[in-house]
Amino acid sequence: MPFEATIDAFARAVCDPTLPAPPATRPRDGRPVERRFAVYRNNVAVALIGALEARYPVIRRLVGDDFFRGMAGAYVAGEKPRTPALMHYGANFAAFVARFPPAQELAYLADVARLENAWVEAYHAAEAECLRLDALAGVAPEALEALRFAPHPAARLLRFDHPAASIWAANQTGGDAHAPAVWQGEEALITRPEAEVAVRILPAGGFAFAESLFAGATLGEASTLCAGEGVDPGAHLVGLISAGALKNLAL
Amino acid sequence: MAIAFPKPVGPVPDRLPRRVGVGFKPEHFEAIMAGAGEVGFFEVHAEAYMGDGGPPHRRLEAIRARYPLSLHGVGLSIGAPRPLDREHLQRLAALIGRYQPSQFSEHLAWSSHDEGFLADLLPLPYDQETLGAVCDHIDETQERLGCRMLLENPSTYVEFTESEIPETEFLAEIARRTGCGLLLDVNNVFVGATNHRFDPFAYLAAFPMAHVGEIHLAGYADAEDDLGAPLLIDAHNSPVRADVWALYDTAIRRLGPTPTLVEWDNDVPAWPILAAEARRAEAAMSRALSSGVLRNAV
Repeated sequence: MPFEATIDAFARAVCDPTLPAPPATRPRDGRPVERRFAVYRNNVAVALIGALEARYPVIRRLVGDDFFRGMAGAYVAGEKPRTPALMHYGANFAAFVARFPPAQELAYLADVARLENAWVEAYHAAEAECLRLDALAGVAPEALEALRFAPHPAARLLRFDHPAASIWAANQTGGDAHAPAVWQGEEALITRPEAEVAVRILPAGGFAFAESLFAGATLGEASTLCAGEGVDPGAHLVGLISAGALKNLAL
Repeated sequence: MAIAFPKPVGPVPDRLPRRVGVGFKPEHFEAIMAGAGEVGFFEVHAEAYMGDGGPPHRRLEAIRARYPLSLHGVGLSIGAPRPLDREHLQRLAALIGRYQPSQFSEHLAWSSHDEGFLADLLPLPYDQETLGAVCDHIDETQERLGCRMLLENPSTYVEFTESEIPETEFLAEIARRTGCGLLLDVNNVFVGATNHRFDPFAYLAAFPMAHVGEIHLAGYADAEDDLGAPLLIDAHNSPVRADVWALYDTAIRRLGPTPTLVEWDNDVPAWPILAAEARRAEAAMSRALSSGVLRNAV
């Protein structure tokens, strides 16, 4: 058999457990090799499910090992990594979780998965110097309104229908996790100014303010946008800078 | 007029020391930095460092500042019939440029297909067609990375009926045609010998030792095939076994001192246990060398 056809058949059989071991691997004496071939199938499944286990530890804790393996196995069956750099694999797992029929009763799972994915993205994001508060000291008050900022490469903004950040935080410690006292949507900011990833639940108006600043709005525009919500844009700006969410710029 | 002086291409600022190294695991970082247990070098999987930044790169920079580094790829898919992934080669070149490892190695295996990256080292048949394809890929890799690479013998669980060339000859011919070196994984030799019922010492006797630049040691796991015969899995999850130490002894007697890596990638133990396994390998290398000297003297 030509090389390409041999490898095609091998790859198909690795990905489809209903297929027998590929013909080229079956000895001429008829000796069965299914368990031998299954080692490859198992290696692929263990590696890819393991990548999801590493990326989504809180989801795994919330649903338990068996449920997680089942759900991850279903994802792996339909979606293989696009590159050998596995730190990108499973980035769209939240969308799969949202549609996964056995998980329908756990509506908050997909939100928690989005948070865990953003955490990993922040962890691997490029290094950059953060904007420091004292950089604002030299700016004339009348020039403040026109300032524009840029997000730090690790900064991620997330808006949840469920209290995903509280659920995530409650599952960071070893003890029993309790459901949040108040069940409501949350807005979160993830940053990694140095080596540590940090998750913060944003106060009212903080998401809209940060989102517009990240998109290139001036400080004046972003302040106007969140002004109606009865919040202090100045406090939001200080909060973003303190969290390391903005990249250093010559102001 | 200023002359544009060519920049040096590729790595190899130094060679790996002829000592024992271990695979670097992030959970050991603090202990390593505290100086608990010296090893000769560290090896890392290239693909684990293909993010843009963050803690993985910070740790690797600190390791590289103190130790020689071996970069070991697990995703280039050199043994596939399809063209190499140019973007992946670019990522490898960037890592080599950044960390200046002493060495780059990859596997005689494939891992990518239409479905995507399959995250395992999958086998290929050995014949003239596959030999040509593998050699072309190694030529391209060495040219793109600007260095001589090492190619590792695989662990296999099935054989192809269409294979026409013994693995040792296949590897020897690859090394001859491309100039690449070889990475001799003696655990893989033992796993393959058990699974396919050949004599691992005969395999070593036929192995083109002149091209070997590094040895890998690891633990295997025991299973059974369809007929209840032993089926060994290259699991990297336990100490090196006695039968693999015996192969290592034989290999070192033929090779002399050789950079040796202890691989322990799953069920990773605490640092002192891994460091002790490395010391065990150092002692095994010394023993093999001294007994080899004695034998030669007689």
